[in-house]
Amino acid sequence: MEAAIEEKTIKIKESNDVVTVRREAREYAEKLGFNLLEQTKIVTAASEIARNAIVFGGGGIARFTTIEKPDKRGLQISFIDHGPGIEDIEAAMKDGYTTGGGLGLGLGGTKRLMDEFHIRSEPGKGTSVTIVKYL
Amino acid sequence: MEHIPILKMGEYLLVSIQVDMHDQLAITLQNDLAEKIAKTGAKGVLIDISALDIVDSFIGRMLGNIASISKVLGAETVLVGMQPAVAITLVELGLSLKGMHTALNVEKGMQLLSRLTGKDQDYTSRKQ
Repeated sequence: MEAAIEEKTIKIKESNDVVTVRREAREYAEKLGFNLLEQTKIVTAASEIARNAIVFGGGGIARFTTIEKPDKRGLQISFIDHGPGIEDIEAAMKDGYTTGGGLGLGLGGTKRLMDEFHIRSEPGKGTSVTIVKYL
Repeated sequence: MEHIPILKMGEYLLVSIQVDMHDQLAITLQNDLAEKIAKTGAKGVLIDISALDIVDSFIGRMLGNIASISKVLGAETVLVGMQPAVAITLVELGLSLKGMHTALNVEKGMQLLSRLTGKDQDYTSRKQ
């Protein structure tokens, strides 16, 4: 039997909202049965992308969705902002790339922590990043 | 404004991060520590992060900054108590905290701090 998909959307606007995203991610990951290391990876990845969406994208939403398929269970988190977008996604994915005075580890590093990483961005319209981890 | 307490013990400053580290709090800690080192002339800083359940690139960068700023002000920094899951995640993320002194726990951290600040030479010479 396929269990119901649970979904929750929260607004992210201020830097403190990164902490809220981390708490939600932890709660979902724990509830789904991820082990401590996997939980840590998910929470860290969510923290990175949430901060990007707030600092570079001016805020937006974070949407948590549980994946409950007969053959696959997992957690999907999507971040959508309506900021300036990313001109060159390929370059932005490389370690060391930064425009915001950071270390530029966010995107490439986050991808390594998760099983799936999807990014869509349109200059002037915004960016959406979806990260997925399977049990 | 929220602050993380900084305790003074002899020539060392001790910080134990027990709260969820949001970005502003990390920046505040960096600034508070710099001021405290300058004011007290502390020779060493020990930061216990055993209660932190994640260290992302921003927090990692702040910890690195703290070590660099302390060094410029004449103090060594030792980071202790990182949870194994946090260490694995941090390295996979691409941050290895190169150049930072680390130790497994507070006790080992204090020993390292003594060595780094030349205190244990006094200790051994007293012993001999």
